[in-house]
Amino acid sequence: MSLGLYLARRIVVLVPTLFVVSVLIFSLQQLLPGDAALALAGEERDETAVAAIRARYHLDRPAVVQYGIWMGKVLRGDFGESLRNRLPVRELLAAKLPVTLELAFCSMLIALAIGIPAGVLSASRRGTVADVTANLVALSGLSVPHFWLGIMLILLFAVRLGWLPASGYVPPWEDLGRNLTTILLPSIVLGTGVGGVMMRHTRSAMLQTLNADYVRTARAKSVPERLVILKHALRNALIPVITLGAIEFGRLLSGAVLTEQIFAIPGFGKLLVDGVFNRDYAVVQGVVLVSAGLYVLLNLVADVLYFVANPRLRGS
Amino acid sequence: MRWPRPLLAVLALTLLAAAPAGAESVLRIGLNDDPDALDPTISRAYVGRLVFAGLCDKLFDVTPDLKIVPQLATGYEWAADQRSVTIKLRSGVKFHDGEPFNAEAVKFNIERHINTPGSFRKTEIGQIQSVDVLNDTTVRLNLSEPLVPLLAALTDRSGMMVSPKAARALGDKFGQKPVCAGPYRFVERVAQGRIVMEKFPDYWDKSSIHIDRVEFVPITDSTARLASLRSGDLHMIERASPTDLPEIRGDSKLKVTGVPELGYQMIPLNVANGPKAKTLADARVRQAIDLAIDRETLVKTVFNDEYIAGNQWVSPSNYYYNKKFPVRKRDVAKARALLKEAGQPSLTFTLIVPPERDRQEAAQIIQAMLAEAGITMTLQTQENVTMLTNGRKGDFEAYFTFWSGRPDPDGNVFTQSTCKGAQNDSHYCNADVDALLTKARQVASPAERKKLYDAATEIMLRDTPRLLLWHRRVFTGHSARLQGFTPYPDGIIRLKGLKLN
Repeated sequence: MSLGLYLARRIVVLVPTLFVVSVLIFSLQQLLPGDAALALAGEERDETAVAAIRARYHLDRPAVVQYGIWMGKVLRGDFGESLRNRLPVRELLAAKLPVTLELAFCSMLIALAIGIPAGVLSASRRGTVADVTANLVALSGLSVPHFWLGIMLILLFAVRLGWLPASGYVPPWEDLGRNLTTILLPSIVLGTGVGGVMMRHTRSAMLQTLNADYVRTARAKSVPERLVILKHALRNALIPVITLGAIEFGRLLSGAVLTEQIFAIPGFGKLLVDGVFNRDYAVVQGVVLVSAGLYVLLNLVADVLYFVANPRLRGS
Repeated sequence: MRWPRPLLAVLALTLLAAAPAGAESVLRIGLNDDPDALDPTISRAYVGRLVFAGLCDKLFDVTPDLKIVPQLATGYEWAADQRSVTIKLRSGVKFHDGEPFNAEAVKFNIERHINTPGSFRKTEIGQIQSVDVLNDTTVRLNLSEPLVPLLAALTDRSGMMVSPKAARALGDKFGQKPVCAGPYRFVERVAQGRIVMEKFPDYWDKSSIHIDRVEFVPITDSTARLASLRSGDLHMIERASPTDLPEIRGDSKLKVTGVPELGYQMIPLNVANGPKAKTLADARVRQAIDLAIDRETLVKTVFNDEYIAGNQWVSPSNYYYNKKFPVRKRDVAKARALLKEAGQPSLTFTLIVPPERDRQEAAQIIQAMLAEAGITMTLQTQENVTMLTNGRKGDFEAYFTFWSGRPDPDGNVFTQSTCKGAQNDSHYCNADVDALLTKARQVASPAERKKLYDAATEIMLRDTPRLLLWHRRVFTGHSARLQGFTPYPDGIIRLKGLKLN
């Protein structure tokens, strides 16, 4: 099977996937108890005022009709407007996507910087102090709640030491320096979590390849150990790690709710949570659809990478 | 240890960038949530009012002790029958787009508030039937009925004036780029991120504005908000939590102020709203519940005594508080006796509580207090919107909510307690209360109004359609560098006179 055909097949599957996601999220929202119009009305309880909201957002129509209206707009590139602040959802998404991308990217960088070296180290020195330490670090990265770590980092670096700001994200094109200072702590919080996963997977993949015949052959040819590990073993071991990395990256893109809340970073996660609490249907649907799309796309990229890296797949 | 070079570069850049930006003074205010639409006509959320305080001047404002004073107006006069009010306007005022503020603009704004579909101002000032432009600086508002509380509505969003030109041009997109006549003009908004505004050079009272730029940053997590204040990233936080207070007070770089709020925390009881009203339909039963609660202890244990025990729809320090009926002592024996008399000695009912710390904890304490009077109160947690929806439908026996409060007493009691009141989920209905509260809307003299309210309060305390429990204090935390801050009971931060040293 050629790469082109493979890609075409995957893209065809993308459309029904997104459709199912949109139906699912729409129906789940319908199950949410509580009247969206009341949520929007705040302290206003006047019958005509509440009815006006219902009419404006078609909340008085049957769910199927509501879905149809929404889908029809989405197909024309219009995600509707936020029920709460009346900003167009498309603009909200466009404003938050770079933020979420940046946070995901920086977190991934940190995760890779921690996960892969630690994984390699612990696999190549299995059973030593280095292995145990790396495992310990990875496990704590995985198990420390983001919420707690975030608060601790803020208290240490922002309140106690005053080195980094506690909040107040600014986009990189406005002030790159301040942008990096505000994104650093949340990236560490998210990065250490993902780094732990990456480390565990790198380690087990490395252990597997280090036991492979071709590695034994390399050693028998007295290739220096450094080269055996970095050139012969790591390359092969990285294939599953790439896939995992893409999946984790996709997960980061769907928004890191708690981390964004703590550091007041205006990304997808915060948009989504606020949307759910305010019954801001248009926003929730928009965010979920876009992050689901990104997730599927990233998986596609990972698959393609895998396809390219692994010639055996092409035969099947 | 050797650090990888790219990492070092990032670190160096990061530290370099931490240096302050320039001489321009910027005030950063932490908000508890992200505001909704920045259009005074369709804005609902309380938090938006903090932003409007910089953007949009109003016809009137209130003083810290709730007196109505002119802002864009210079004075007013009620007609003898209270059916119209003539307002004199400040001259030489400009909107942020350079358009003049005048009587025509006032007429446009009032009509916009009333006629815009989805307006939330209509219920506040819908009694204005027409606006007469008498001359460039005088308007007369003609009312369908005598309504003294109208002026108080004009101290809030209903009194905010937007540029007619911008409003016409932007239509229902006005909230994305508000153009008003306040001390600051809108620069940008990143939803959930920040709202930025800058000093308006042509402001009518520019000599009292000292800060160049104001940024509002919504941070929903209270720990993170406080940390941002302590680190200096924020200069002010609004509605600080009582649990933040020890930390703020312990920090010499910070200050905190607290004033009693305008609103109240309450538990509406289902008096007559649907089949669930059966349990608490008898006033004696509701009285018994009220008597079994020790409000002082409640406020002490849950809120460290930072809040104020209350039993009426205004706080005890308010002019309209009926001093003849102070917060009464708990009386378990009398509660039991009343229950027995009503034939419900082992009363059982359910209280719906939203998943929020203050009310959850208070509910548990109240539950324990009621148990001592032989009352079984089951707690049921419901997310806020669900609870309010059920409240409206009558699908409740009791639920735990609050009213944010209004400067005029009418706004705290009329829609909550009159038979057809939109906020009256209890469906409490007493013709005498209705008559008194309606009459109080038509009397201009505060002393006369107070008599009417005192009489209504006496009846309502006896009928107990809701348990009025405590009043919060509105705490505002700020940097000690900030000078000139005066707290207001509405919690809104007035930017005039503020300085950053």
